[in-house]
Amino acid sequence: MNGVHDMGGQQNHGPVVVEKNEPVFHAPWEGRMYAMNTALRAWRRWNIDGGRHGTESVPAADYLRMSYYARWYARTVELMIRTGMVTRAEVDTGRPAQGSVRLVPAMTAVQARAVVSNGVVYSRDVAVAANFAVGQRVRMRNIHPTTHTRLPSYARGKTGTVERDNGVFVFPDTNAHLLGEKPQHLYLLRFAARELWGDAAKPQDSLYLNMWEDYLERI
Amino acid sequence: MDTTRRSFLTTAVGAAGAAAVPPIAAQAAEAAHDDHQDIPPDVALRVRSLESLLVEKGLVDPAALDAIVDAYERQIGPHIGARVIARAWTDPAFKRRLLDNAEEAIAEMGYRGPHVFAVENTPRVHNIIVCTLCSCYPTSVLGLPPVWYKSAPYRSRTVIDPRGVLSELGVQLDDDCEVRVWDSNAELRYFVLPERPAGTEGLGEDALAALITRDTMIGTAKVLPPAVRP
Repeated sequence: MNGVHDMGGQQNHGPVVVEKNEPVFHAPWEGRMYAMNTALRAWRRWNIDGGRHGTESVPAADYLRMSYYARWYARTVELMIRTGMVTRAEVDTGRPAQGSVRLVPAMTAVQARAVVSNGVVYSRDVAVAANFAVGQRVRMRNIHPTTHTRLPSYARGKTGTVERDNGVFVFPDTNAHLLGEKPQHLYLLRFAARELWGDAAKPQDSLYLNMWEDYLERI
Repeated sequence: MDTTRRSFLTTAVGAAGAAAVPPIAAQAAEAAHDDHQDIPPDVALRVRSLESLLVEKGLVDPAALDAIVDAYERQIGPHIGARVIARAWTDPAFKRRLLDNAEEAIAEMGYRGPHVFAVENTPRVHNIIVCTLCSCYPTSVLGLPPVWYKSAPYRSRTVIDPRGVLSELGVQLDDDCEVRVWDSNAELRYFVLPERPAGTEGLGEDALAALITRDTMIGTAKVLPPAVRP
């Protein structure tokens, strides 16, 4: 989706403001919101890519106005309503609907600790052909899906060099919409800064992105 | 996606009897925000109301939420990355393993981090990490990202003007130094192996780790020797 979340290269957002001695969470609600997100994902109604797409689907003006975790509140509520976990009336009242069945949480404290300390693996040990090789010059496809993608706008149509084949990974563009993991090779691409930003960039500067097979085309 | 602006706004104002107009003080505070981000005055109430609903429905276990918050507030943070970097500075073989396969190298020290990579700063090369699309960050070694890392100014400008961003943050680079920007668009997570400052030759791993800040591992600061630390 060509949303406001795709910020690379935008101008006029102002200076980077660094807070000294910033706490991990600025208020308890931020931590609870973060943790609810992690715990809810254990129900598998959506995955990491679907969650990101949920955030990207926050209307553009709201996305820019909201704080980070306020955005998470908005997207989590929408995802839960859309997947039938809660109703809007329940969210509005903070109470389960009459006759609502009490479930057993999908994530215990022990499982939560394991997820946080182990992380999640997104590579897949399956044999998939690699159609591109290290050292090869390739072009990013010029695509504008209205759905989820991790191909930033600023790299579309641009040419880079394959620096490394990372092996096979889950493809976010389908995974986000529960259309399958479509595992495929993920390549580290190096772009000259001038290829992306023109002659104002220094000739020696570069930018690295990881690109899935489906984003690439031969030159 | 069929979500409308209206449905978000309904949610936004519907919960917990939210006030339609924020108090004057909150409006003033909002206007003072440099990053134009609005924290609605009632969001804490809405989140509490949501948690209470989800606990009552059996969708989340509050003990699981406690465990997650505790992990990021007390256990996982930049002190982990600092220990890894200090080890790399004092053990050349470990440094090679870290640059070749960071996931295995940090596992030697008891840390887990799927798909994590270290990139090395030198006098000739400066690396800087960003996520233009959301907020991807090497949490396994640095914990959760600061607000500025997730903000529009940093996400938008770092790719197109890394030298400008670095200069504003106090990092001056030589004109002929090579800048490498890492946009974390996939599940691969990058962190910077910063340069060891001069004058630290006699220091052990613990003393070195104390010099290594979060920002030096994002690439937005250089490691300072003990004498010039603020």
